[in-house]
Amino acid sequence: MADEKENIGEKKYKYSIIIPTFNERLNIAIIVYLIFKHLRDVDFEIIVVDDGSPDGTQDIVKQLQQLYGEDRILLRARAKKLGLGTAYIHGLKYATGDFVVIMDADLSHHPKYLPSFIKKQLETNASIVTGTRYVKDGGVHGWNLMRKLTSRGANVLAQTLLWPGVSDLTGSFRLYKKCVLEDVISSCVSKGYVFQMEMIVRASRKGYQIEEVPITFVDRVFGTSKLGGSEIVEYLKGLVYLLLTT
Amino acid sequence: MKHIVKILSLLVAISAFWIGLLQATIIPRSHTWLLPIYFVVSFGCYGLLMVGVGLMQFPTCPQEAVLLQKDITEAKEFFKHKGVDVGSD
Repeated sequence: MADEKENIGEKKYKYSIIIPTFNERLNIAIIVYLIFKHLRDVDFEIIVVDDGSPDGTQDIVKQLQQLYGEDRILLRARAKKLGLGTAYIHGLKYATGDFVVIMDADLSHHPKYLPSFIKKQLETNASIVTGTRYVKDGGVHGWNLMRKLTSRGANVLAQTLLWPGVSDLTGSFRLYKKCVLEDVISSCVSKGYVFQMEMIVRASRKGYQIEEVPITFVDRVFGTSKLGGSEIVEYLKGLVYLLLTT
Repeated sequence: MKHIVKILSLLVAISAFWIGLLQATIIPRSHTWLLPIYFVVSFGCYGLLMVGVGLMQFPTCPQEAVLLQKDITEAKEFFKHKGVDVGSD
């Protein structure tokens, strides 16, 4: 699936970075800057899947295209908010890399970890490299005690029920071999963060090799809990669904 | 094989072992009847322990927020020089 370039023992791979956006006018520019800063000698493209942001995100992306080149930054927008899973599928259609990276646009995922994802994949030939916040060199900032408790409880429950083989199930900072992403995403039906769980669990069941790298996660949505009762119910429903269907 | 089948097989195996113990009277019957309860309670306690330990050892990274702010400033400066109007947060 990777075109071998002429250098013996020196394959150059291309990486497609898919970033779904909605109202990320400032953050998308910063993310693009940081990606270019940290991936200097890497062949990559950034695919921005914007869901009709009213704040001018697409205008900024067009300016970035002028600056960095339309072959490096692809704007593949959609008319309105259509969900994360379909955003990845949409972006995948235009990806020309051997590998696909998915990450969030809100700077909770820092591009400085991209080299470690790439390195891990090259070392292990893994099909998927997923970022984990829950190991020693990883971490989270911006979560209060309640949030950490819910996260930890949810994780223990998921580990007990699903035996997923990864420490961070709901993380969405991942590197996939393109063919693997295409295969796994076609069999996933969930929404939201259960979708991220479904992706990694299905990949694990299919026998794909999954490696982890530590990442730090700075939650920029401070204040109110994003985790209300309805989200907990959604999560439990998702767990049962995954328990029964994977 | 589906994951649920694995789990059910495990439960069936444990149940068979328990029934075997009941019939073989190696352990007095009265104790054996209570084994499932001991098992479930221990399992629950272990789960709570894992949650508590994980919570205590939850990795945090306050310095990352600072570094991120630096990166944001650096990026904004860069774009100012290039004439890209990124507006404000």
